Amino acid sequence: MTGESHLEMRSITKEFPGVKALQDVTLQVRRGEVHAICGENGAGKSTLMKVLSGVYPHGTYDGEILLGGAPCEFRGIKESEARGVVIIHQELALVPYLSLAENIFLGNEKSRAGVVDWNRTSRDAKELLERVGLHDDPATQAADLGVGKQQLVEIAKALSKDVELLILDEPTAALNDEDSAHLLGLIDQFRAAGITCIIISHKLNEIAAVADSVTIIRDGQTIETLDLHGDEPVSEDRIIRGMVGRELDSRFPTHEPTIGEEVLRIEDWTVHHPVNPERVVVDHANLHVRAGEIVGLAGLMGAGRTELAMSVFGQSYGTGISGSVYKNGSKIRTRNVAEAISHGIAYATEDRKRYGLNLIQTIRENVSASALGKLSRWGVVETEQEVVVAEKYRHDFRIKAPSVESVVGKLSGGNQQKVVLSKWVYSDPDVLILDEPTRGIDVGAKFEIYGIINALADAGKAVIVISSELPELIGVCDRIYAMNEGRITGEVARADATQENLMHYMTMDKGEVVR
Amino acid sequence: MTAVSEYLGRNVRQYGIVGALIVIVLLFQVLTDGRLLYPNNIASLIQQNAYVMILAIGMVMVIVAGHIDLSVGSVVAFVGGLCAIMLTDWELPWILAVVLSLGIGALVGMWQGFWIAYVGIPAFIVTLAGMLIFRGLAIVLVGTTVAGLPSSFNAISNGSLPNWLGFIGDADVVTLCIGAVGIVAFAVTQWRSRAAARRHELAVEPMSAFVIKLVVASVLIAVVTYWLSLSAGGTPIVLLIVGALIIGYTFVLNRTVFGRHIYAVGGNRHAAVLSGVNSRRVDFGIFVNMGVLAAVAAIVTTSRAGAGVASAGVNYELDAIAACFIGGTAVTGGVGRISGAMIGALIMGVLNMGLSIMAVDAAWQQAIKGLVLLLAVAFDLVGKRRSRLA
Repeated sequence: MTGESHLEMRSITKEFPGVKALQDVTLQVRRGEVHAICGENGAGKSTLMKVLSGVYPHGTYDGEILLGGAPCEFRGIKESEARGVVIIHQELALVPYLSLAENIFLGNEKSRAGVVDWNRTSRDAKELLERVGLHDDPATQAADLGVGKQQLVEIAKALSKDVELLILDEPTAALNDEDSAHLLGLIDQFRAAGITCIIISHKLNEIAAVADSVTIIRDGQTIETLDLHGDEPVSEDRIIRGMVGRELDSRFPTHEPTIGEEVLRIEDWTVHHPVNPERVVVDHANLHVRAGEIVGLAGLMGAGRTELAMSVFGQSYGTGISGSVYKNGSKIRTRNVAEAISHGIAYATEDRKRYGLNLIQTIRENVSASALGKLSRWGVVETEQEVVVAEKYRHDFRIKAPSVESVVGKLSGGNQQKVVLSKWVYSDPDVLILDEPTRGIDVGAKFEIYGIINALADAGKAVIVISSELPELIGVCDRIYAMNEGRITGEVARADATQENLMHYMTMDKGEVVR
Repeated sequence: MTAVSEYLGRNVRQYGIVGALIVIVLLFQVLTDGRLLYPNNIASLIQQNAYVMILAIGMVMVIVAGHIDLSVGSVVAFVGGLCAIMLTDWELPWILAVVLSLGIGALVGMWQGFWIAYVGIPAFIVTLAGMLIFRGLAIVLVGTTVAGLPSSFNAISNGSLPNWLGFIGDADVVTLCIGAVGIVAFAVTQWRSRAAARRHELAVEPMSAFVIKLVVASVLIAVVTYWLSLSAGGTPIVLLIVGALIIGYTFVLNRTVFGRHIYAVGGNRHAAVLSGVNSRRVDFGIFVNMGVLAAVAAIVTTSRAGAGVASAGVNYELDAIAACFIGGTAVTGGVGRISGAMIGALIMGVLNMGLSIMAVDAAWQQAIKGLVLLLAVAFDLVGKRRSRLA
């Protein structure tokens, strides 16, 4: 397929304080094609699309955007939409208690002199809904539709804006097979109708099925653009090779593991989505960890890693949980967090500000939060002892703060993470699950945290590390599980682990998984 | 150095509110030609405001945990009415009536705590319903008033400790002794906690600051007790009740696991739950406790009026909430101290008394109190914003 260029992004660079999210990215999309964008978590895909759609206004980034050859300087979404660029974000943005018609025309109401023309609104909404294959009444509340149909309503909303370039960010991440197939069919129809589509996706089989070309982004840089209808067939492995191969930007302390008996075993673990209980989020997962062993959990966004960990940790996530957990060979129950802690399980969350710390309290109060029982007699806290404990961790983990009475919200990310680790290490668990333990942390602090993880393993703890950075998993873990779509799709020993084979498992389709 | 400035930084808000109280006291002392601080006025300041202080203790805990309780005024009327009926119609001895009233308060708290903690209805709605329910029940039970309570019961709020030890000049010796015991106890506990901190090789506040704190507090206690000893009755009995509650609950909030869980839940509920805190049990406990304290306030109020009154306790919840917010409790939860709320209650009480002595119209008094509440919280917010920029 050849055609005129619809979109051209030239040497786009976008910086956030301390991070270069995009560096000299170029992207060329032809009119009427379906163009896929691939990359690992944090590669910069969503940032690039936010630059394109004006979420990050002109002036906050460097580089040029050309639509149909003409330069654009969008200062907001309204301006990009006026030029036919519409983005549908990963998190659906429908107002749950408004009708479909109201949602479709939200911010763009069919009205005269400020008064809404309901007849036109309903009629036009019905037409748009039928174009995306929905036959529901436009007066239905958005909340009454399933996720798949809500996604279609979003697309209908985009169509109402006379879309020429439709951007879909992970459109099928939350959909079941049937809804995904319908959506992909719809994208095919749009191509026939001359609408250009950009689709961000982790699902390589979908890309192969629907896209005409694919651009691969890694670490904020364009790696390559592949033509899927070219002379040379492009295999999934070819795409994977482009996605991985991140540079090793952090070094890892050397570590000789001393691995003992099995401590934790999870069998046949299945978890359903809390709001949408038909959706299976973790699907018959099996894994085990031994004393002194550091086990990694690799997966792309939405693979179900955090959900697996949190559901084991006192059913903090999900509904309809089934399966069994064994601790030192005997079956245990972890119906709430207190029970999980009492069985020696600890979980340090990936979102330390929202779920990990009490930001308005001091280091001392955060460190003791999960083990106040150890510090108290007859329900009375021994405050002096508490300070001693907090001081010990401030010293051992080198938390940079004037005193343990410093408020945690004022510390840097790395130091906050050390407070979270202190809290869980002090609760003296046998199994530590660390979810993205180095997210948003500078290189120096990362190295220190790897050291802490190694020391915990040397002390005989079983450690599970969840991370989106493959080099980190390969550098730290003794054994790595890969997950995709809620399943454990592979298990790799440290010696055999490469970014390529991990990514292969992380993108493995459910048909391919051998159980 | 940084430790010292941090110590001051964390406590500056507390000192600020004490300063505000002193300014207001001095202002009215001048405006009323010195009548505000008459010994008898100090005694009645305490007797008149005991209910706010008692309710504010419970309310601090409720607000710190991120809730609110609008029902306490109605619960005061309901429990107070029942207490009066027990004393008159059933002719129960007053001690038994008091104990039963506290139990009823606990039951009321369990009722509201159940809906809030275990059903998950927001406290605003549950206690708004409670406000209507218990006011209604109070009117059903009491009609308008149940009078003729035994004088032994009425003495709880109106009486003073007998002056067994005679007088030195005009000063009641019992009161002076209580003051002396208070100073010694304060100094000893402060010294012991300082010594314990040193034993663990922890940073303590600078010696000079420590001594100044001891001296200022001792002088304050001494002046107040001396003044009080000159009043007609000496030490009001409610002062002992309120004092015991303040000391006990300060300990509960600062030193017990339950108290610490309240701050944890209020500061970040998700993080607390993921740390193994049973947030439902905490919520339930807070409301049971609030019910019991509302019953204490009911006993004090009924005793002071000498009758169970169906319309008693109107707007008490608002007085208690205002005292908490003036005293620096955060609307968003997680932050607040009993000492702050007590000073907040005293600021409101002094305003009330000062304006009354000056014969300011009651309607104006209310408007002025509203303005003070608004300004106190505004000051707090501006101060916080500035410290965030610094």
